[in-house]
Amino acid sequence: MKYLEEFQNPELARGLLEDIRATVTRPWALMEVCGGQTHTIIRHGIDQLLPDEVELIHGPGCPVCVTPLEVIDKALEIAGRPEVIFCSFGDMLRVPGTDRDLFRVRGEGGDVRVVYSPLDALRIARENPHREVVFFGIGFETTAPPNAMTVYQARKHGIENFSMLVSHVRVPPAIDAIMNSPDCRVQGFLAAGHVCSVMGTVEYPELAARHRVPIVVTGFEPLDILEGIRRTVRQLERGEHTVENAYERAVRPEGNPAARAMLEDVFEVTDRAWRGIGVIPQSGWRLAERYRDYDAEHRFDVGGITTLESELCRSGEVLQGLIKPHECEAFGTTCTPRNPLGATMVSTEGACAAYYLYRRLGTPVTPEAIPVG
Amino acid sequence: MCLAVPGRVLEIEERDGTRMAVMDFGGVVKDVCLEYLPDLEVGEYAIVHVGFALQRLDEESARRTLDLFAELGLLTEEFGDPWEAAAASGAGEEAAR
Ligand code: SF4
Repeated sequence: MKYLEEFQNPELARGLLEDIRATVTRPWALMEVCGGQTHTIIRHGIDQLLPDEVELIHGPGCPVCVTPLEVIDKALEIAGRPEVIFCSFGDMLRVPGTDRDLFRVRGEGGDVRVVYSPLDALRIARENPHREVVFFGIGFETTAPPNAMTVYQARKHGIENFSMLVSHVRVPPAIDAIMNSPDCRVQGFLAAGHVCSVMGTVEYPELAARHRVPIVVTGFEPLDILEGIRRTVRQLERGEHTVENAYERAVRPEGNPAARAMLEDVFEVTDRAWRGIGVIPQSGWRLAERYRDYDAEHRFDVGGITTLESELCRSGEVLQGLIKPHECEAFGTTCTPRNPLGATMVSTEGACAAYYLYRRLGTPVTPEAIPVG
Repeated sequence: MCLAVPGRVLEIEERDGTRMAVMDFGGVVKDVCLEYLPDLEVGEYAIVHVGFALQRLDEESARRTLDLFAELGLLTEEFGDPWEAAAASGAGEEAAR
């Protein structure tokens, strides 16, 4: 427990780790779903502090990483048009499409703007009535309600030069797909806390029962993660498989009802391709029929795109927890954050980037790698 | 982007029929939409994601999280200049060619 001093509350962390150690009697594999959690785990070397019996498998919970190449290419195509102001969250700028990224499109003269909130894109549309403003709407259940509200407001205020390129993904169908895979080794889930702060926990009991897998809603600070692991291991050792909330300060069972109602109004559930993984049934949202006018894919003709994925990149296997990033041959050699082959190396929430930043080439975590005071 | 940051409400106002707040995130001040937490009041804390308050948070947890984020540099990541960040990450790429 060498690096425990680095934790915000080392005493609490020590207690949790000792409890996990005392509870565990055999090997268990847990998946943390959220990329933010992966980041915390690697940054603090939590996986190395755990007893050998507990293995953490990194999940697909990085929205930037799982946005399909085809959608990125559509974004690049739309962003390059002279009449368009293309608005995006900052972390999409360097995600590689087939042959370039948004950063490059701007360099070539495209009007690409970074916004902090989707409402900023709507404001830009108001201020530029003679341009077409397109917002890149990606993300999980945490990001979808803000984007839904923005489309709702566009219609309410009659802003016609605004549209959204929508590629939202939903967590529960991904958990289901992971459990259904014949290669699946996951025995327990740390569910993504912020997704649940919107959606609540109602979607999980059925999944936990059907797959006989514990699901513990977990925050993403180091102590939150240790607590989530402790509860999951306790359930596994007892042969239980229920849904527990270990992130009560931010997650109510019903989530945020106003946000959920808006999601239901603006979006409809659809099958969605995940980059590197393939199509997962019912795992995404698109704009509902009555909001189709605001769908950038309908407004702009972006058919006939051919995509070309790197042959070396194994991010699909990384995202499903089948391999660890450093098991990919390109890791740290032909693929680095400065020259990424796959989105999992681009986004700070991506597993490959987390390994690269905090554990270069699989060497053990060093104290300097943990900037926590 | 997936990071949700706790913030404290400084002011609340109605703007174009939308309930908006000015909120403080450890020194960075941003506009935040309150439509999903309409009864949030001045002085209270909430988890904010891409400019929307999504869930109330007690003051102590909010402060703890903010301190941690500041130490980890995550606030700069969330509120810093994304073009600079993207250019910096690309600088090596150009050099490598
Ligand atoms: S290291 Fe790079 S090439 Fe390998 S899986 Fe990760 S992103 Fe893909």
